[in-house]
Amino acid sequence: MIRFLIKGLMRDRSRSLFPILMVSAGVFLSVFLYSYLNGAIGDMVDASARFDTGHVKVMTRAYSELASQTPNDLAILDSAVVLNELKTSYPRMMWAERIKFGGLLDIPDDMGDTKVQGPFFGIALDLLGEHSPDLDILGVEKAIVRGRMPEGKNEILIGEAFAEKLGIKPGERATLLSSTMNGAMAMYNFQIAGTVSFGMMIIDESAIIVDINDVRAALDMADATGEILGFSPDRVYSDEEMKQLAGDYNKRFSNKEDEFSPLMLTLGQQGIMSDILRLATYAATFIVSIFVFAMSIVLWNAGLMNGIRRYGEIGVRLAMGEPKGAIYRAMIIESICIGMVGSILGTVLGLAASYYLQYVGIDISGMMQKSSIMISTVIRAKVSPSSYYIGFLPGIFASVLGTVFAGIGIYRRQTSQLFKELEV
Amino acid sequence: MYKYLIFLLLICFAETVYAAPPSGNEILDRIDHNYGVKTRISTATMIVRGRRGTRTITSKTWGEGTKKAFTHYLSPAREKDTKMLKLGDELWIWSPSADRTIKIAGHMLRQSLMGSDVSYEDFMEDPKLSGSYDVIVTGEEEIDGRECYLLELTAKKGLSPSYHSRKLWVDKLRYLPVREELFAKSGKLLKRFTIKEVFRLKDRWYPKRMVFKDVLKKGDGTEVIIESIEFDIPIAAHIFTKASLRK
Repeated sequence: MIRFLIKGLMRDRSRSLFPILMVSAGVFLSVFLYSYLNGAIGDMVDASARFDTGHVKVMTRAYSELASQTPNDLAILDSAVVLNELKTSYPRMMWAERIKFGGLLDIPDDMGDTKVQGPFFGIALDLLGEHSPDLDILGVEKAIVRGRMPEGKNEILIGEAFAEKLGIKPGERATLLSSTMNGAMAMYNFQIAGTVSFGMMIIDESAIIVDINDVRAALDMADATGEILGFSPDRVYSDEEMKQLAGDYNKRFSNKEDEFSPLMLTLGQQGIMSDILRLATYAATFIVSIFVFAMSIVLWNAGLMNGIRRYGEIGVRLAMGEPKGAIYRAMIIESICIGMVGSILGTVLGLAASYYLQYVGIDISGMMQKSSIMISTVIRAKVSPSSYYIGFLPGIFASVLGTVFAGIGIYRRQTSQLFKELEV
Repeated sequence: MYKYLIFLLLICFAETVYAAPPSGNEILDRIDHNYGVKTRISTATMIVRGRRGTRTITSKTWGEGTKKAFTHYLSPAREKDTKMLKLGDELWIWSPSADRTIKIAGHMLRQSLMGSDVSYEDFMEDPKLSGSYDVIVTGEEEIDGRECYLLELTAKKGLSPSYHSRKLWVDKLRYLPVREELFAKSGKLLKRFTIKEVFRLKDRWYPKRMVFKDVLKKGDGTEVIIESIEFDIPIAAHIFTKASLRK
């Protein structure tokens, strides 16, 4: 029976070609869009985790309220104790102290007067420690464009685009002008060891990377740290696991009455990341729903058109005594076949385009000039196992749904009227 | 009889003239008279009351008119010997730790001065408000037992001072703004300034103890106490040069 129907579909191309093209186009778009969003959102989440939020972040309660302003006056004091507690309580996690700060980077001329200056935002991390997890997490060494890694005290790395903008090169002296933890003015001299590019506009154009102990000296933050970032061992963010971890930590170590007690927040609980994660969660459902809805309407319409074209054929079949249910079922089986062929074709094309974009990427640097979002300037798709089936079932479902609606017309045909209709 | 009537009328008229409140610009001129000195040398203590504690900073300032000022920080140890020079609308800072003279410009001017509730921009501001603002007297109020005029200042068209509008409560007798509220263009209150104590030197009244409060910051504000001040005494011209920062 199925072979008979397939033969019919193959011989009568007008019955199969358009629906197959429609289904494959929809499936292609679904697979491609899903992989693209997967890549873009995944990249944003990963970049934010590495540079800003961690998978979890420990701050003081007061700091967390104003975290976007990096209020180092509200930093964690006795950070070694807090870090030790974290390492002891959650040994599987990787923990890294960070200080974020902002200010002005001033480059002197030969006379010591200002040659050029520009605002920066700084990230202080353990650059010189032998077992620093941050070097690997941020991939600092791989990001070096010119110069070298800092090897001693008072050496910094500067964003490549920032260095170009200021017209400076490794080896030059730079004075950092910022605020100490107490809010006093901080002026500190550094040597530029190298320039870095992480492929993120916001960092490459205005960031400096400094060893945390140098920043502690410069900003009067002895044994203090702004934030302690935690990363899961496999470096994959799991919202549920991290929520559990943060809940446990806050229960044990945080005190609502003390604004300077530590508070752990997950990536999903910080800033706009909760919205981005929600978007990531619902992206697939959203795409598939739109696809099924739109395709069903198109295929329903195609089915109706087909019904008109096959009006005579169905009439003859009914007149010959074929039950309405059998015709209806045959049409649904036809639509399953069309859906399968279209879905396979669309999935193959979608995966091919997604794989291409995974390696080549789309350069969006032109759109990111004033962006403060941590996202790569080259957006790449990401093909995941779900990319293989994300469009497949909806492709079949949309095709069947379209036929289910279009085929209802069969039941409206009156046998008594058939010969009259066929005479016409 | 007519003579007495005319005399009585004149007295009434004179009383009316005397009782007419001064205009907003007249009040600002009187404030400028209090603040406008040729030169001044002062020593001040600044107490910054933050969320985590209190810091006390002492400094000595040489000032000439409203355009030139040189400040030498005397304590605490971390700030000691830091110097700051204001020349017109430019500001330089020298720090002994870096041995660098750096011009403060752009968004850095909005940063807090030594962690206080005062910004560099506040420090740079021309105290002559009449040049930057349109003023109207909106009423009278009593503040801490002192009768005050209530003034509302709005930035003049084409000018963009640090604060778009201000509310001033000006002491009717001393012509000092005992309270001042500073607003952003959106109407949001940004800072509050209160004079707690004043002193008189010859014909001018001057603040002795004042409190600045950045309302966007938590904490109890910054108190500035003028420990000593001398007016209109000669100051060597070299004080107001960049070279004096490193001395």
